[in-house]
Amino acid sequence: MKKIFQYLRPYAGRMAGGLAIKFTGSIMDLFLPWILSYIIDVIVPLKNVQLVFLWGGAMVLCAVIALVANIIANRMASKVAQKTTQTLRHDLFAKISSLSCSQVDSFSIPSLESRLTSDTYNIHQMIGMMQRLGVRAPILLLGGIIVTLALEPVLALVLIATLPIIGFTIYIISKKGIPLYTRQQAGVDAMVRTVRENVSGIRVIKALSKIEYETDRFSGVNAELVRREKKAGVTMALTNPIMNLVLNTGLTLVIVVSAFRVNAGLTTPGTTLAFLTYFTIILNAMLSITRMFVMFSKGSASAGRIRAVLESPEDLATELSETKDSEYHIVFDRVSFSYQKKGDNLQDISFRLRRGETLGIIGATGCGKSTLISLLMRLYDADKGNILIGGRPVASIPPEELHTMFGVAFQNDFLYSDTIEANIDFGRGLSHEQIVKAAACAQAREFIEALPDGYSHRLTARGSNLSGGQKQRLLIARALAANPDILVLDDSSSALDYRTDSLLRQALARDYKGTTTVIVAQRISSILHADHILVLEDGCELGYGTHEELLESCRLYREISQSQMGGGDVA
Amino acid sequence: MPNAFAPRGAIEKPKDRKKVLRRLWSYLGRYKWMVAAALVLTVASNFFALIGPKLSGEAIDAIGSAPGKADFSAVFYYCFLMLVFYLLSALLSYLLSVLMIRLSQKVVFQMREDLFGRLVILPVRFFDSHQAGDIISRFSYDVDTVNASLSNDLLQIATSVITVAGSFMMMLQISPLLLLVFVVTIPVSIFFTRYMVRKVRPLFHRRSVKLGELNGFVEEIISGQKTIKAYHQEATMIGRFDRKNKEAVDAYYNADYYGSMTGPSVNFINNLSLALIGIFGALLFLNGNIMLGSLSAFVLYSRKFSGPINEIANIISELQSACAAAERIFRLIDEEPEAADPPGAGVLSDVEGEASMEHISFGYTPERTIIHHLNLYAAPGSLVAIVGPTGAGKTTLINLLMRFYDPDGGQILLDGRDIQTVTRSSLRLSYAMVLQDTWLFNGTVFENIAYGKKDATLEDVERVAKAAKIHSYISKLPKGYDTVLNEDGMNISQGQKQLLTIARAMLLDAKMLILDEATSNVDTRTELQIQEAMRALMRGKTCFVIAHRLSTIQNADTILVVQNGEVVEQGNHQELMKRDGVYSGLYRSQFE
Repeated sequence: MKKIFQYLRPYAGRMAGGLAIKFTGSIMDLFLPWILSYIIDVIVPLKNVQLVFLWGGAMVLCAVIALVANIIANRMASKVAQKTTQTLRHDLFAKISSLSCSQVDSFSIPSLESRLTSDTYNIHQMIGMMQRLGVRAPILLLGGIIVTLALEPVLALVLIATLPIIGFTIYIISKKGIPLYTRQQAGVDAMVRTVRENVSGIRVIKALSKIEYETDRFSGVNAELVRREKKAGVTMALTNPIMNLVLNTGLTLVIVVSAFRVNAGLTTPGTTLAFLTYFTIILNAMLSITRMFVMFSKGSASAGRIRAVLESPEDLATELSETKDSEYHIVFDRVSFSYQKKGDNLQDISFRLRRGETLGIIGATGCGKSTLISLLMRLYDADKGNILIGGRPVASIPPEELHTMFGVAFQNDFLYSDTIEANIDFGRGLSHEQIVKAAACAQAREFIEALPDGYSHRLTARGSNLSGGQKQRLLIARALAANPDILVLDDSSSALDYRTDSLLRQALARDYKGTTTVIVAQRISSILHADHILVLEDGCELGYGTHEELLESCRLYREISQSQMGGGDVA
Repeated sequence: MPNAFAPRGAIEKPKDRKKVLRRLWSYLGRYKWMVAAALVLTVASNFFALIGPKLSGEAIDAIGSAPGKADFSAVFYYCFLMLVFYLLSALLSYLLSVLMIRLSQKVVFQMREDLFGRLVILPVRFFDSHQAGDIISRFSYDVDTVNASLSNDLLQIATSVITVAGSFMMMLQISPLLLLVFVVTIPVSIFFTRYMVRKVRPLFHRRSVKLGELNGFVEEIISGQKTIKAYHQEATMIGRFDRKNKEAVDAYYNADYYGSMTGPSVNFINNLSLALIGIFGALLFLNGNIMLGSLSAFVLYSRKFSGPINEIANIISELQSACAAAERIFRLIDEEPEAADPPGAGVLSDVEGEASMEHISFGYTPERTIIHHLNLYAAPGSLVAIVGPTGAGKTTLINLLMRFYDPDGGQILLDGRDIQTVTRSSLRLSYAMVLQDTWLFNGTVFENIAYGKKDATLEDVERVAKAAKIHSYISKLPKGYDTVLNEDGMNISQGQKQLLTIARAMLLDAKMLILDEATSNVDTRTELQIQEAMRALMRGKTCFVIAHRLSTIQNADTILVVQNGEVVEQGNHQELMKRDGVYSGLYRSQFE
């Protein structure tokens, strides 16, 4: 919650202004009954019609002031809530963007998603509500207490004696309530996850007629969420009756005490009566405060979840390091890495590439090909060994510099609902010529230009209105569009037919000569012209060399080659 | 009323609003007894709360007006009663809250069930054209909004109605003439509230829509995080997010801007009536039409009267947002599901596996036909390979075979029966499929593999995992087959995911098999190793295989070469190579 207050600080002035205006409005609201009783008690017996209209007019004036003040204050409160939420969400999103891949893994995407939407929404509501209720209730409470103290200090003290009990109740319930709300939000995460899975896997679900199963699975998640919501709700619902009971008990005590005091001649029954009237005001104020407090607990739970993201440590910080001149563009020097930090996913990998050279990586499923790419781009940090680009350790290159060196197409990569042009451009502000050139090289130009609206054709979410091969070609076009220093193609031509694939390779060789390229592939034909080929198995290097060398030296490579090319070296 | 913010769809018709309210009520109506009990409890706890002050009056009377005259036993008696009643009132109000929470949770549960129940029977087309995040937003934000409104607002309204009715009767008794003041102010209230409702409703609707869009955006972008990082486009995405975010908070603010006017405005009207009562009351008194005591009592009741009206006004804006949210929920529930199976639809069983397509035409949008008069025949147990340049419509054929989409023209037969005349589920269960886009869910490895077969044992699962050459990987996982797969887990490779889905398909006893680039991310060596198992998987089944590695399909019985939605060549490998057409060109290009 402290974190949220930090976000409110810039608006402290505005909030204070809003609260002051709200204060005026509330006071006006309190004036009205007072004027009315003045009319009835004082003016009416005077039988002066003019005065009646005068004071009546004063009431209308007060009502107008209250109206204007309350509306203005409410709007100011909304504005503050709006601005705060906007900044908070912005920061949260920016922070999520800067999380490392392993941090994203550990939060999980559905959870990050609901933190960004549902939790910030709770905060939004809370900030608005607190400002709106937050003035009137404390004014009434404080005002009520002050008046009762002035009226009859001893009786007031009896009432005030109940306040610690109330404070204690609030403390206990909020201690229980915040974790309950936190658990409730975790239940929301689980529900979001299930819906998300069903949306993305609908074909499989329908094909296997698992609709009933999925419905049951969802029911389970739904029931659990409802159970948690109920638990949080039922616990928080205790506050109101307990407050009421404690205050009313206090009131009863007041009457008992006043009986003794009246009897002893220390106070009058009239005072007791007045005391009770003010007590109603205090009680109502307390009720508003309870409502705020429930809201606050819910907000705290959400704030905690947001803070967990905002305060997660900076992973993959840029380290200072010397640059050594190097004839090599990319160097992997005895690199090892493990995701789970037990059992290496990559072990002792070394290679060197000069500028403009091509490295092909081939190997069995799960052998660490994509992991190697992730390390090169520093999506994860290697556990051992050095990775250098242009003589500089990747850890020492600021991300904005590092990542703009690359053009990359991953497996099953990400397309989003926007135009084809925007998907290729990907926010880099490239010229239309660059985009057309890249599309042409990626063999995407033909199908794009056959579309009725060409480059401004809109993709649906995840590019679901394109075929697998069309998607891959767009992704390759994206990788090429900015003329990158280093081109990384992670098995990104698997859905291309051989002809398109070979046209692509020819275009790459022709148009992107100076680009250092790393190609991960299943097909020998995709990599056989590479300057170096790395054969991986279970994270270890099994062979390294050119196609011809490997045919001689590496049994696995020979096997793969034979199985795919029918033995003969057709090239 | 001109409205710059008119969101999509007509939503301002009051008829629609009534419909939404009626449907909301239909959810509550299922729990009539709980609603009735809640009403009784409301009345009772209000009653007890009202007794309190009366008793305290008695107690004060018993104290007496002068020192030394207190009747202590009476004081203690009344105070004791007070305690009892307050305790009862607290107990009842707690019970009431619990009851309301239970009731609203039942409604919310049902609502989510209905949403989900409809979601999974929607046609695939719906999923291809809607953002996951927007769908999720209906499950979370929209349902929550309805929930909040149900559990708080209904009670408030019930309480308010009781108080309003009571005070109104008392006032009527005291001075029907003074009540005329309300003849002026109540219509103003009503008129104003109606105006606000009309004004605010579209704003709240927009607020829901914008939040849905934000959700959709977040879902899309966070899923693509790795790529965004790789291109260092965080700042661009943050910029886009900021725009969406601003739209969402602005929509919230706009709704609030007018919504938060309601409270003070109605309060103002109440204050106005108070002033009017003051003036007219005084005039009436001066004319001798009313007693002073009655006037002050009238004023007290009018305060009681206006308090709840105030509350109701506040609630109305909350109800508006609940209505807007409910509308979005109902809109999803009302989406057209996959057309029901025709009456008397047959159930496919003991499928032979003879499939054919006759003069099939199809387009995802009416304007663009992508399959033109396509014919295809697959004999039982044959292997049909579909090849062709990317984007030629190969995956579309699969969509049609499994009835994820229905063709615009022509018919598809399975064992000589038009597949439109059999139940979808029996049709789909006749197929096992492995798709290029692997799908795993957040469950254990075991659950993921056994997904298509209800009673699969661990032995079965291990057997297929071994056949798919994924067993050794699984046994290395921390908990073996009980390891929970994280849907987005980045440490399981695409190829391994594919092997898992192949293992899943191996468990099915379907007579037809679809392999859409099933091994595209599996390396050739592993592919060779699982070849035996794949062959076993394909044995005796009619197989449709889409593959780019032509080596994998050379032994197909029929190879269909598809180009621009038409079959341009058909035959086996040898025949097609001899023809020296598209296929042989494709084949040779893999060695170029």
